[in-house]
Amino acid sequence: MSAITLKVNGQTHQVDIDPATPLLYALSDDLGLRGPKFGCGLGQCGACTVIVRGEAIRSCVIPVASVAGVEITTLEGIGTPEHPHPLQAAIIELQAAQCGYCMSGVILSAKALLDKKPKAQKPEIERALQGILCRCFTNARIVKAIEKVRSTGEGK
Amino acid sequence: MNRRTFLAAAGVMFVEFPSFGQVPGSPSMKALDSWVAIGADGTVTAYSGKEELGQGIFTAQAQLVAEELCVPFAKVNLITCDTALTPDQAHTSGSQSHPANFNHGNLALACATAREALIRLASAKLGVPVSELSAVNGEVRSASKKIGYGELLGGQKFNLTLDPNAKRRDPKTWTVLGKPIPRTDIPDIVTGRFEFVQNVRVPGMLHGRVVRPPSPGAKLASVDGTSISGMPGVVKIVTKKDFVGVVAEKPWQAIQAAQKLKVNWTPGPALPPFAGFADHLKKQQPTRDTRLLDSGDVDQKLASAATVMKGNYYHPYQMHGSVGGSCAVADVQGDKATIWSGTQGVWYQKSACATLLGLKPADVHVIFRRGSGCYGLNGADTVTYDAAVMSQAVGKPVRVQLSRADEMAWENFGHAYALEERVGLDAQGNIIAWDHESWSPTLGNRPGPSTPGNVVTGTLLGYAPEPFVPRSPSPAAGAFNNNSNGIPSYAGAGCGNVKSVRVLVHNVRSAFFTGPLRSPARLQNTFAHECFMDEIAARLKADPLEYRLRHLSFFRLRDALTEVAKAANWQKRPSPNPKRPKTGMAPGRGIAVVAYEGDNGYAALVAEIEVDLATGRIVTKRIVVSNDSGPISNPDGMKNQIEGGALQGLSRALGEEVTWDETKVTSVHWGNYRSLTLGMQTPVIESVLINRPEEEACGSGETSITLIQAAIGNAIFDATGARLREAPFTPARVLAAIKASS
Repeated sequence: MSAITLKVNGQTHQVDIDPATPLLYALSDDLGLRGPKFGCGLGQCGACTVIVRGEAIRSCVIPVASVAGVEITTLEGIGTPEHPHPLQAAIIELQAAQCGYCMSGVILSAKALLDKKPKAQKPEIERALQGILCRCFTNARIVKAIEKVRSTGEGK
Repeated sequence: MNRRTFLAAAGVMFVEFPSFGQVPGSPSMKALDSWVAIGADGTVTAYSGKEELGQGIFTAQAQLVAEELCVPFAKVNLITCDTALTPDQAHTSGSQSHPANFNHGNLALACATAREALIRLASAKLGVPVSELSAVNGEVRSASKKIGYGELLGGQKFNLTLDPNAKRRDPKTWTVLGKPIPRTDIPDIVTGRFEFVQNVRVPGMLHGRVVRPPSPGAKLASVDGTSISGMPGVVKIVTKKDFVGVVAEKPWQAIQAAQKLKVNWTPGPALPPFAGFADHLKKQQPTRDTRLLDSGDVDQKLASAATVMKGNYYHPYQMHGSVGGSCAVADVQGDKATIWSGTQGVWYQKSACATLLGLKPADVHVIFRRGSGCYGLNGADTVTYDAAVMSQAVGKPVRVQLSRADEMAWENFGHAYALEERVGLDAQGNIIAWDHESWSPTLGNRPGPSTPGNVVTGTLLGYAPEPFVPRSPSPAAGAFNNNSNGIPSYAGAGCGNVKSVRVLVHNVRSAFFTGPLRSPARLQNTFAHECFMDEIAARLKADPLEYRLRHLSFFRLRDALTEVAKAANWQKRPSPNPKRPKTGMAPGRGIAVVAYEGDNGYAALVAEIEVDLATGRIVTKRIVVSNDSGPISNPDGMKNQIEGGALQGLSRALGEEVTWDETKVTSVHWGNYRSLTLGMQTPVIESVLINRPEEEACGSGETSITLIQAAIGNAIFDATGARLREAPFTPARVLAAIKASS
């Protein structure tokens, strides 16, 4: 165990943790965040996605020590029900969720894409979602919601 | 008596969804106070035993309550599936929530009864005849007076029973029900506020990790506890019969310890061959045979037919494959237990956990918390037992979440099926006899109070799965029983005009646990029926739509077909496409239709695809679905279910298949259990909703998924002239079929 500094959604936390622990467990168990979720532990499904250094990464396969002191953004860090991020607002508007377990992967992968390429077209959106699994298969609405945000230029 | 009521009266049994009856101690289903409570301040609380699994039923039920009780939607507080609070409505499964709570019983009737009771109370209090009163916005009003619901009841109970004569509000006057009200849970979900069962945290909670056997049927020989001595955070190694688990302070510590723990197992029996499994199934003995329907003259009609056609189909074991590892939290303290579970049946978890823990059912409290979409019997029940047993062993709350491999290797798989179709045609090409026979392996099912062994944890704890009882020959067919669409829609006893029909089902023992997976057996049977119907039409050079209509008589199924054909701009011609290309991308279209469970939703689907003739890859361009589920409660929610079901079915049709070797399941992660992802080229999906306010409410969560595989198979044939009779339609199988057909 060692003390590690985590900067999550603009707040700084000290956690006493085995440095090899995947980041996901630090976020969901030490910090009690509900956004990133365990899906596979193999980086295959995207349920645990967070944004680090502008990239959507899989927190289930990243050792917590490797992101010590680096700003980490989770689903709860980009908006609230009262003030949702445009991507969150678009998902709500188009009812683009069923069980919703995949939303960290969907929204944060789309955010990382649109932050870099605000005018990303459908094939690029689909490519960004290649490793995200929605087993309810809400695909059609999800892609539409992201395209809607892209076309209004509110992605950031 | 309408069709649905008739079928119910005839004793239809949904064998895939066993009902164990009311659990003793559950609130009376007949008491109004079990369903509705009005606070002194006028707040409305409704209780339902049907839960939200991502299908939108929570919001739809809140709409129902608001509509029938005449209160604002935002004022409805709905509580679902908590054994301390809500009625025992068995499982939330099988497209049964809409029929159960939106017709003339249960929640709908309770709200109608409550509204009429409130009006009667107001009549007495205001001195105004009932005929001059109406319920509006949480008040009862006359032309000159009004009184709030809260004041009428004063925080007291109704003390009434559900009134079977209570009048439902006329659908023509609906202002909340039938409207596309947005789901109330999505804002919290997309902002990371929503509490999934995976997010439940209890003070003092520890983390458990299971150590499953290396193969089905393996028995625990020994555990070497010294192999993890000194590992940080380890609290206890829990062993009970063949169950092994590790409890630690933190999840990562439990995971590491479980990986390192040295466990010796006695191997289980060899698994059946993976290659040629369809033929293996047909040779299995003993069998449990069920004759669903037998007109008694099928052999004679087949002998006299101008043409006899046969087709053999195969559908593999498939997974629920929930995206989140199943999870539960249990807090067993002495003789009391509190359990948070994603189960589809809280009341059966209450009684089954009591069995496992040696407690009284009354002392076990089960609270539903949503997991990731389950689509049937995923790992939610088995992980609840894991958590309960480990919590009892340490006397502290324990959270367990299954690893990807533990979820995938041990869940109750959707049934594999080998199916044989045979028809006799007269000289004009009309079907005069239909003979259907199927073989399907089974082990376990939904667990109940006496059958915790129906899922892996119960078996490891020493409880046998429900017994396989051989029965051959089958007893004579009883009252009409559609039984998971075993009976083709075209049968005279179904929705069609084929009078001579025989349907025989053989269940055989499975090496793997099995259980209901979205559209259980209905998808498999419909795949065979609807592809075979296309084979017949092709042989006769008939248009597949026209040929279906020729054999259908029931207007709702005919309407579903004609509506989908209209929306898809269906061009009448036989398949395969006479202008199909020899190279490049070959376009094709396919159609399929089903009366889901015989009477629980009427739907048709057209799929437009392209087949890459060089690689065998299928690209789905457009899917059009028509769906009649009686009165529509929330059109947008219904569309969402149709869209998701169609694509989930597409994923199952194109790539999903459980694989195994001599000893173990080998498809244990997303690299080798092939699901489509959000990155697929998503087809356009169009839904045609057929609203029938005058009919009974049916299900709509399993209609499109039942149809898509058959429609894709038919579209591949249309595009290439190659018939795929084995799912999934992988590029290799498509190429092989094209090669064989040319």
